[in-house]
Amino acid sequence: MNQQANPTKLTVALHKLTSCSGCQLAFLNQGATLLELVELVEFKHFIEAGLNHPDEKVDLAFVEGSVSTPEDLKRAQQIRQNSKLVVSIGACATSGGVQALRNMADGNAWMQAVYTRPDFIATLGTSTGVAEHIKVDFELWGCPITVRQVNHFIRQLLFGAKPRPEAEKLCMACKRHQLVCVMVTQQAPCLGPVVRTGCGALCPAFGRACYGCFGPSEQPNCHSLANRFAGLGLVPREIAQRFASIHSHSNPFREESHHWQAIEVKEIE
Amino acid sequence: MAKQRKIALKVPFVTRLEGEGALELSAKGDTIDKLHLKIFEPPRLFEKFLEGKSYQDVPDLNARICGICPMAYQLTSIQAIEDLFNIQLPDHLIQLRRLMNLGEWIQSHSLHIHFLAVPDFLGFESALSMAKQHPQVLQRGMQIQETGNALMTLLGGRSVHPVGLQVGGFGRLPEPANWDAARQQVDQALPAAVALLRWTASLPLLDYSHDFIWVSLKHSEIYPINGGDITTSNGLTLNYWQYPDHFKEHQVRHSTAFYSLLDGKDYLVGPLARLNNNVAILPGPIKKLVNDIGLVFPNQNMFTSIQARAVEILLALTEAQQLLAEPCPTGDAHLPVTPQAGECCYCTEAPRGMIYHHYQLDDEGRVINCTIIPPTSQNQARIEQDLKYSVKKFGLHNSDDALKFFCERVIRNYDPCISCSTHFLDFNIVRG
Repeated sequence: MNQQANPTKLTVALHKLTSCSGCQLAFLNQGATLLELVELVEFKHFIEAGLNHPDEKVDLAFVEGSVSTPEDLKRAQQIRQNSKLVVSIGACATSGGVQALRNMADGNAWMQAVYTRPDFIATLGTSTGVAEHIKVDFELWGCPITVRQVNHFIRQLLFGAKPRPEAEKLCMACKRHQLVCVMVTQQAPCLGPVVRTGCGALCPAFGRACYGCFGPSEQPNCHSLANRFAGLGLVPREIAQRFASIHSHSNPFREESHHWQAIEVKEIE
Repeated sequence: MAKQRKIALKVPFVTRLEGEGALELSAKGDTIDKLHLKIFEPPRLFEKFLEGKSYQDVPDLNARICGICPMAYQLTSIQAIEDLFNIQLPDHLIQLRRLMNLGEWIQSHSLHIHFLAVPDFLGFESALSMAKQHPQVLQRGMQIQETGNALMTLLGGRSVHPVGLQVGGFGRLPEPANWDAARQQVDQALPAAVALLRWTASLPLLDYSHDFIWVSLKHSEIYPINGGDITTSNGLTLNYWQYPDHFKEHQVRHSTAFYSLLDGKDYLVGPLARLNNNVAILPGPIKKLVNDIGLVFPNQNMFTSIQARAVEILLALTEAQQLLAEPCPTGDAHLPVTPQAGECCYCTEAPRGMIYHHYQLDDEGRVINCTIIPPTSQNQARIEQDLKYSVKKFGLHNSDDALKFFCERVIRNYDPCISCSTHFLDFNIVRG
């Protein structure tokens, strides 16, 4: 480490499990503010930025990625032991991510379909969020999380304030941006009413339905929204798929998806 | 008495997905017994969970293959599907997609150069620790990176997993005010890109040139991102449908990632392969600058990859400037889409090299099956062969630390993935 060891600096580690690495870009895409951040906190482990000290004890560990292999599980446990605070970042770490779609299917059959020799590969049957395996102190939801989320979170800690999760519904942000509702005007199956805010209501701004990157909001009334989708003309399979996307393994979305998957539609002979 | 060394290297890796890898090297004296690049890839099974999904959901799911180049995965699938649905985009939408692609190249290359490669050249552990002594290098890099991200955000709403692209075009066209802001940012970044290219030309490079095949798209008029023929340095010119006839993937015991071979041989994809194939169509001023600072393409020195990336950054910013000099486009953001059943395939050039996608869709546009072959899995066999040659030439008599650092630098040239390209080799040495 060429950074001066400063006993008062918050020490930070950034770990990666099973993921696309996109959430780490919330740090690396900051440009000049990253250099400010390096003044405020001391990164101990951050492989993408070139620091590889996974076993250092730190004040704060960010974990990107889901637990999908025996190795991920072992590392999650080590991270917990080495860190005062553990913060899961992104869809993978908070709810298993897009790769959790295998949890709904026969994971073994999928492995055999993709790999000629699945026996060469150590993997768990499911992909799950970090909090299913170790105690997690805070969660930053989003696929990907944003620069603003990361900096806001770190600043709260540095000010000695307990970070508060942002969990209000996307619709609130959408209306504050004065966007026209895509469900009302285009009959688009928008997940906004049950999805957590944080992206800036991007999809409605592009004239399309929210597909739920930021996961379930507080008190999501998924069932009511799903019934509305049926009213818009979606068949049960399509409704199930709306909820089985980026956060298919989060409880509210999983339950809703299962409910509609179980409904069989038969053509009348 | 010959010494036997067993060297285990731990390498965080992107392959078909992301995972971890290790390099296993055993040697007697100066003969390599075994050199295996092992990949431990957490399978994410994209090709399976896309089955049954609608063509409308495919691009957003595909983006999640890679956070560094999500757009490449989105657009490869979108263009394959547009081919099948007989959608011909109007010129202004094709240009907008190219502008966004250029942005992805700019940010990805800049990230690689400044965060991953440059610390090697300046003798630092990490870019973060360079900040004090070399603020101007890092700031220049960040300026370029931010410009790339701004172009992606202009057209996609955000630079990681952008939401603007869809089958048939875009969700919406950019706002004139944002268009103008992007133009100014590109104008300001261009001198930085020229300075960066000159600076990479001044770096003392290692040279472990040896013979290998390189593969990229090639186009007669425009530097290829979307479009052009698959062109190999050993004389093949293929269309996308012919890809499976020549390129075959197989699994090996020591790695969970697939190995891809061209007619049984390893091959290179990526910036150096692209520049080797397309140097003739670089714009005149860039070609002149490349010559003036003494760079020669085509070449077979993988260590010139950093320069190839810098050339592509300059090319991308130059093209972006031309595109943004036009007034902010107006008109339709997207065309109507009518799904059709059938098979489709497409290749594009992601920052790290050629991507191949193949889909079979039903008449509602749902995926029946698909194949996705990313650049890094194509480069794996090549990285292994490169290491075999280069390590031997470097000399197995070197100290463990020197060997470790050398192997890292060789692998870093390929930019197999951002996390792979850092200081990652854990040496466990067992001497027989």
